[in-house]
Amino acid sequence: MKEAIVDLGPYFVLILVGFLPNEVWRLVGLVTARGLSEDSELVVWSRTVATALLAGVIAKLILFSSGELAGVALPVRIGAAAFAFLIFLAVKRSVFAGVLAGEAALLLGAYFFP
Amino acid sequence: MATLETFPSSAAAYFAGVKSALTSVYVIVLMGTYIGLGALTHDAGLSPFWLTTSTVLVWAAPAQLLMISAIGTGGTMVEVALGVTLSAMRLFPMVVALLPVLRGPATRLRDLLLPTHFTAISMWVESLRLLPLVAREHRVAFCNGLSSGYMGTAAVFGFVGYYLAAGLPPLLASVLLFLTPMSFFLSTIKGARLAVDKIALVLGLVLGPLLAYWQVQLDLMWTGVIGGTIAYAFYRIRAVAS
Repeated sequence: MKEAIVDLGPYFVLILVGFLPNEVWRLVGLVTARGLSEDSELVVWSRTVATALLAGVIAKLILFSSGELAGVALPVRIGAAAFAFLIFLAVKRSVFAGVLAGEAALLLGAYFFP
Repeated sequence: MATLETFPSSAAAYFAGVKSALTSVYVIVLMGTYIGLGALTHDAGLSPFWLTTSTVLVWAAPAQLLMISAIGTGGTMVEVALGVTLSAMRLFPMVVALLPVLRGPATRLRDLLLPTHFTAISMWVESLRLLPLVAREHRVAFCNGLSSGYMGTAAVFGFVGYYLAAGLPPLLASVLLFLTPMSFFLSTIKGARLAVDKIALVLGLVLGPLLAYWQVQLDLMWTGVIGGTIAYAFYRIRAVAS
């Protein structure tokens, strides 16, 4: 299981580690007459693990960027993310406003501080 | 009692659902999300048809992000499968809550297979809001229309993002690649309403890069398990204390 997933066919990978582990929860929901409540212990724990894992992916995308984004200086990327967060808070927790502000900050930052 | 919306046929109910999807605010969120995922797909060296296939089969943006970034950076199978299945557990209570609203006296199990597969956050929120206003015999068709409107939008804008990333100059391509971390960052913050979710989010943001920097094996899995379990422990301790 240690081999890089890129060595296997991308569509095989899609079915095995994408479709199946994802779809199983929808089907469990379908066959369960009455499910767990949103506050049940297992649901809370799985939600916190998934949230932390996703947050880890997000932070890695910003800090250890790949492709063209890696060409933008690290302080600019971090500064743009922080600015996006501030605008998000300032504009009634609007994801749209925050994303727009972050993108504008990244564009200006990358242009003036290459 | 308010009269429920009825339609002349199932097809009419289906297209009313499509229309509801395309005129809702979630369609803009989906466009941005899938333009970003399209750009990442290009960056990871995958084909745009791979993204479309994953949109149709997986239909969960966090799971798709996990897969694409792992393929791009050479992550391991077990890590991605674990991440995907943990992030998908949220779908289970959503399906359980949605089906009673969809089901009518003549609904067969196989009629519910498609809505079950379509279950995702945007469709779920809108279905729970709109379906109670629709006559029961048309709810499955309406829900399928709503969901295909969203999925179609996502599929189209995945292509848009892919070809934009391929054709844009480096500066603009970097802005496009920044779209996914930004939109997930802020929508996860917005979704983290309880203290337990906020703690998990902050721990993940800190632990993810740290464990990767220290070159810990399966860094993302440990980020999730350690960060999530600490946040959960906090939740338990508070529940016992109060």
